Amino acid sequence: MRWHIRGGRVIDPARELDRVTDLYLAAGRVLSVDTPPPEFGNGCGNVREVDARGLLVCPGFVDLCARLREPGSEHKATILSETRAAARAGITTLCCPPDTLPIIDTPAVAELVHRRAEESGHAKVVCLGALTAGLAGRQLAEMFHLKAIGCVGVSNARSAIADTEVLRRAFEYAATAGLTVFLHAEDPWLGRGCLHEGPVATRLGLPGIPETAETVALSRDLLLIEQTGVRVHFCRLSSARAVALVRAARDAGLPITADVAAHQLHLTDIDVGYYDSLCHVRPPLRSLRDREGLREGVRAGVIGVICSDHQPHERDAKTAPFEATEPGISALETLLPLTLALVGDAVLTLPQAIAALSLRPARVLGIEAGSLAPGAPADVCLFDPQADWTLTEEALMSAGKNTPFLGWRLRGRVTHTFVSGRLVFEDATATR
Amino acid sequence: MQARDLQTDGQGRLKHFLCIEGLPRTLLCAILDTAESFAGVSQRAVKKVPLLRGKTIANLFFEPSTRTRTTFELAAKRLSADVLNLDIQASSTSKGESLLDTLRTLEAMHCDMFVVRHGMSGAAHLIASHVADEVRVINAGDGRHEHPTQALLDCFTIRRATGAWAEGGSSSLVIAIVGDVLHSRVARSDIHAFNTLGVGELRVVGPRTLLPNAVETLGVHVFHDPEAGLRDADVIIMLRLQNERMQGALLPSALEYFKTYGLTPARLLRAKPDVIVMHPGPINRGVEIDSAVADGNHSLILEQVRYGIAVRMAVMSMAMGNIPGARRPRTLPND
Repeated sequence: MRWHIRGGRVIDPARELDRVTDLYLAAGRVLSVDTPPPEFGNGCGNVREVDARGLLVCPGFVDLCARLREPGSEHKATILSETRAAARAGITTLCCPPDTLPIIDTPAVAELVHRRAEESGHAKVVCLGALTAGLAGRQLAEMFHLKAIGCVGVSNARSAIADTEVLRRAFEYAATAGLTVFLHAEDPWLGRGCLHEGPVATRLGLPGIPETAETVALSRDLLLIEQTGVRVHFCRLSSARAVALVRAARDAGLPITADVAAHQLHLTDIDVGYYDSLCHVRPPLRSLRDREGLREGVRAGVIGVICSDHQPHERDAKTAPFEATEPGISALETLLPLTLALVGDAVLTLPQAIAALSLRPARVLGIEAGSLAPGAPADVCLFDPQADWTLTEEALMSAGKNTPFLGWRLRGRVTHTFVSGRLVFEDATATR
Repeated sequence: MQARDLQTDGQGRLKHFLCIEGLPRTLLCAILDTAESFAGVSQRAVKKVPLLRGKTIANLFFEPSTRTRTTFELAAKRLSADVLNLDIQASSTSKGESLLDTLRTLEAMHCDMFVVRHGMSGAAHLIASHVADEVRVINAGDGRHEHPTQALLDCFTIRRATGAWAEGGSSSLVIAIVGDVLHSRVARSDIHAFNTLGVGELRVVGPRTLLPNAVETLGVHVFHDPEAGLRDADVIIMLRLQNERMQGALLPSALEYFKTYGLTPARLLRAKPDVIVMHPGPINRGVEIDSAVADGNHSLILEQVRYGIAVRMAVMSMAMGNIPGARRPRTLPND
């Protein structure tokens, strides 16, 4: 199938392209921008056309962290349900952390995830392998094997490695294997609470997670990165102080990158109200000052990537006293509108926002994605940047309906998603 | 889900009683006045009023408690309600699902009111937001959050002893809350209640390890030095120190705590000569309070227990829409 996407505003951050033009896809790849290739000439059959006037055309989004719940927690969601939701959200590549059940610490589990994703066909799925066996923080995982099967990096997910000797050796070994380590900076002891330590946690009588839970671990990690030279991506920064630490380390030349979950740029601990478990996330929602610090980090490029940190849950997981609920937000389908809101708030330009969702995460993962250059995979997203819509449970395609943004007026709606040149989503309500 | 919306109906009448925070002063005073009218019932030969006859009240205690449960039970019985006591081991209901399952089972048996104690903050809010519209929920303590009936009985005790808050006025009392504020639901409820009713100065006194982060944002003055914190106090509320606090890194020993923060006769001299001493109980003699003070003539600890019954009668009857002297005929629940 060949596609002629006509008259959209094409933004390709990799080439600093931003103009109204045409895009041509064939054989699963981008064929050309602007000039029609000879085989698209008049009379040639089997070319479908999309009228993209008024729409934005950009690389499909790459989400650095989405829990698909398969294998192990299929009562929450499946690879099929979540890749379908991803297609709806314009996300063409999902990165799955290793904390599935069983854990992705052997090639077999990674293979299973890859195969299920291929069967579903709605989005590409890449995996992070475990950094330590069973994520237990004691023995190294078989990183060379995991890399050989296609794992794009290694991570200990949300399980902290308390033993600094193990962490150091894991860094050295990952560097040997040429793998990027994806780290969650959280001290296991200081991080035992369930909400940002501050006036809200004090009022609600909830055990707090101080900012130092993040910064103590981050400082330790930075020193070990300096020692070992490993490439590290810091996942889900949550505090202004952490942004400052990452900025200083980056300026000093350390090989590090960082991301933030989109919800952290919009919510604070005050949004927890009276125990709204939909706002129970890890790391926790912090203060207004922290939210502004994260936004400044995104503006300055210290935080290059915005991700969904998608965690779909069944209703019961969120129906309990706050502390006993499972953390996380079903977030694929709000990733684009929450990021576009930063354009409205003058934090990012539109091309920068698209880069934070596509080019930059693709570079962190080292995968062929995030660009519309001729020859690149035809992973393309078309969206209407002006479309207003209200988020409802019924509108969510994800199996998880757990989002604190229900009822929010959002702007920006995906109309078409292509994965390797196949149309995997088309908004039936789009009257075009 | 906002506490204010959950706690009162459209006319500002009490519906659920979950926390002091957000309740208007007029409502707190109305509860205290109602409690006053019930205070005499316990002294009568027949200690019952028929306000809640035919109603079923379930005491749902997910955490062990003797005095709170007993006073709630007595209060319900003196209102002529049928009482069901359920002590549910926390271990079997550490998951919220079973908490709500328990609740739905009781709802199916047509319980009219749940009195809930739970080890996790927000449990009463969760239950109140899931029960049928006609069912009422009273918070008997949720985690570290609030214990609102305890705060009201503290206010009731202070009002009776000092004449504070009479005729809708404020007061110039200096109140010091001493000890483990971090883990105390009583302290949080007391702070909201005293600040709503109006006091001269409200203090919390304790080592930094036992005071929550940013506690001053609740509207208190913070003292780490007990001598300064107790100076010229009209009311001292000592908080119970749980034994398990000594096992973490919060305190080195009970002995050091008693020497540093325990309320001794010598320390009591810092306060006003007519100071009153209160404690939510059960007390740890020789840990947070000296026996000579607990049993001394400044202590109102046993009065607190006694007034607890009248205050809980007031809360339960008002939440059920019954105020004494204004009885309306009520239909019996279906079989």
